[in-house]
Amino acid sequence: MRAFLIACLLPITAAAADGYVRVPGGDIKTTLAYEDVRGPMRVPPFEMMTRLVTNAEFRAFVQRHPQWRRDRVPEVLAGPGYLAHWPGALQLTPSAQEAQPVTRVSWFAARAYCEAQGARLPAWLEWEYVAAADAVKRDARGDSTWRERILQWYAQPASQPLPAAGASVANIYGVRDLHGVAWEWTEDFSAMLVTADNRTQGDPGRKEFCGAGALSVADREQYAMLMRIALLSSLQARDSTSSLGFRCVREVS
Amino acid sequence: MYRNTFILFLSVLATAGLTSCGDSSSRGGLQTVAAPVAHTGGSKQGDFGPPQGEPVKAVLTSPPLVPPATGRTTPAKVIVELEVIEKEMAISEGVRYMFWTFGGTVPGSFIRVRQGDTVEFHLKNAPDSKMPHNIDLHGVTGPGGGAASSFTAPGHASRFTFKALNAGLYVYHCATAPVGMHVANGMYGLILVEPPGGLPKVDREYYVMQGDFYTVGKYREKGLQGFNMESAIDEKPTYVLFNGSEGALTGDNALQAKTGETVRLYIGNGGPNLVSSFHVIGEIFDKVWYEGGTHVQENVQTTLIPAGGAAMMEFHVEVPGSYVLVDHSIFRAFNKGAVAILKADGPEVKAIYSGKEVDETYLGDRAGSSLAAVATAASAASAGTLTVEEQVKAGQALFAGTCSTCHQATGQGLPGVFPPLAKSDYIAKDRMRPVDVMLRGMSGPVTVNGQAYNSVMPPMSQLTDDAVANISTYVLNSWGNPGGRVTKAEVSKRRSEPAPAVAPTH
Repeated sequence: MRAFLIACLLPITAAAADGYVRVPGGDIKTTLAYEDVRGPMRVPPFEMMTRLVTNAEFRAFVQRHPQWRRDRVPEVLAGPGYLAHWPGALQLTPSAQEAQPVTRVSWFAARAYCEAQGARLPAWLEWEYVAAADAVKRDARGDSTWRERILQWYAQPASQPLPAAGASVANIYGVRDLHGVAWEWTEDFSAMLVTADNRTQGDPGRKEFCGAGALSVADREQYAMLMRIALLSSLQARDSTSSLGFRCVREVS
Repeated sequence: MYRNTFILFLSVLATAGLTSCGDSSSRGGLQTVAAPVAHTGGSKQGDFGPPQGEPVKAVLTSPPLVPPATGRTTPAKVIVELEVIEKEMAISEGVRYMFWTFGGTVPGSFIRVRQGDTVEFHLKNAPDSKMPHNIDLHGVTGPGGGAASSFTAPGHASRFTFKALNAGLYVYHCATAPVGMHVANGMYGLILVEPPGGLPKVDREYYVMQGDFYTVGKYREKGLQGFNMESAIDEKPTYVLFNGSEGALTGDNALQAKTGETVRLYIGNGGPNLVSSFHVIGEIFDKVWYEGGTHVQENVQTTLIPAGGAAMMEFHVEVPGSYVLVDHSIFRAFNKGAVAILKADGPEVKAIYSGKEVDETYLGDRAGSSLAAVATAASAASAGTLTVEEQVKAGQALFAGTCSTCHQATGQGLPGVFPPLAKSDYIAKDRMRPVDVMLRGMSGPVTVNGQAYNSVMPPMSQLTDDAVANISTYVLNSWGNPGGRVTKAEVSKRRSEPAPAVAPTH
């Protein structure tokens, strides 16, 4: 609680030198409907990377931790698509790819990257909390123009080259790339839909189809969020796709 | 399904004392059993046992084509491989849209199996897809119609198996959240489950699906258009289309047929929101398997196809020409794109449809003889020999059509309502007044022959300069008015001038 109060007193964009920014705690009414929680949920303060992890950064990690090279990683930790867009196990195409967000990374690999940084993947709630903001408001989700703009990403084919990480406009916390660039892994992605927790007991598959979304989602107009949830829930931890990247978060230092 | 009916059919015959006709030729003719109404027994009668023979790979076709009949008489194992592809395509000329598709087309590939078949379904999601997808086939018996079993991430494939227990024409669609958006982006298609005896043979079969689309830009606004969530929720589509694009089935892409052929359409409605009042302009459906089911209605003009529903229909083409497929909620056809063409080639059959035999102006109750006066005046005017008499005659004919409704054929008007033209002091003041009133209309108070009037006459802007000149000349030379003449040139000049100041009203 004390940490929360202190965070509130800090300027809202307290950028750390190493690419993380402090995100003050607060409440969020999540898009997901948790059966055991009514009303908003509390998010304690944390620090989040201001942009997505790039190919160059991930290559540096793989160089230091060769067990994550695509030709050495066990298949249970990274499926066949893992880093398949790199010309070689440690090789990038010059220029563009270095600065682009890394994609085709399994959840295991993304998690290992963050751990090596003394960080972790964000919880869905943390990600959603930060992604709800626009440049001036902490919760812009009621703004139909903003929602419309986010949805435009879905009109772009996934075959288009990704923009450089950090090239998009920062939101009120100073965080970029949350929308319109790539999907992002979350720590608890596998618990969002098909899970052993009490939200899905008795009907494990129900969220995957048809009205499905309508059963388990509180705000049915948050289509962009719905699609993120659907995408994450379709994946296994060893999977990767050409438009799925990640960033890390860490506890307030 | 068929066996039950077949037995019923035989017993009816037996009761009637007939002993023959129980041959296989009656198998496809389920709809020929007129009374009592036959019931197929549904899914309970749809299991014909385990698949026989080698597995068969299903032939899939892109719209508007339909795979050939299965031709099988025993249940088979059928392998269906369908790939989900997200791709940008034209939704209208110069307008691009990011479609999500089953098989690279909107609607998706047509699947054709036989009742009792065991279908092994492989759903692949292309590696460069952004979204996870799945498939719910309305022809599947089982929770979710396959959706839960086919939820597939980009770059993955899933497999599930079902037995097609019910014959009919069924929609399939993606059911991943948000389901409406997946459907609105084009993720639907049709699966035909043939009855055991197949469907009656026809000359042509086509596959068409209606869908509603929601773009950020207006109808035909150029460029890449994104999905508009607000208008989708409000159910106000920008486009209502057959086969996913304006022009998918018009011009060079029109469906083809020949006269003398029987055409069967497999029509689905993907929605996501609108119900279709499906109609073919210039044809009457000889048969409609309404709702894609087993029974047939005959001689139908328009058939309702619900969102997430389908229907089959047949018609015999007698006369050549273009037949227009529309959603008869007709603004959708004219303002949102719901138009397709079936072009029938062949010799004219005048006995059935003559084509246009007469094209003439219709001028209400005026006699043909007086119309001749209009024609005479027109040709005299262009020859420069027009006389006042000719103008009066022509004006009289025109007056009878346009003006006499209010001012009466006698020019007396209706006291207090429509001012008189006969012996009018208003007209006597200026021979151009009839011209001005016809060109500009008139409203507000006016006194004519001592009586006050206050009503509205709209401008008669549909009248040509010739007509205005002739009517004015007729009025000036009738009913005790002072006479005179108005020429076409004067009218033309008057029309091009700005409206004069408010006419004096005495």
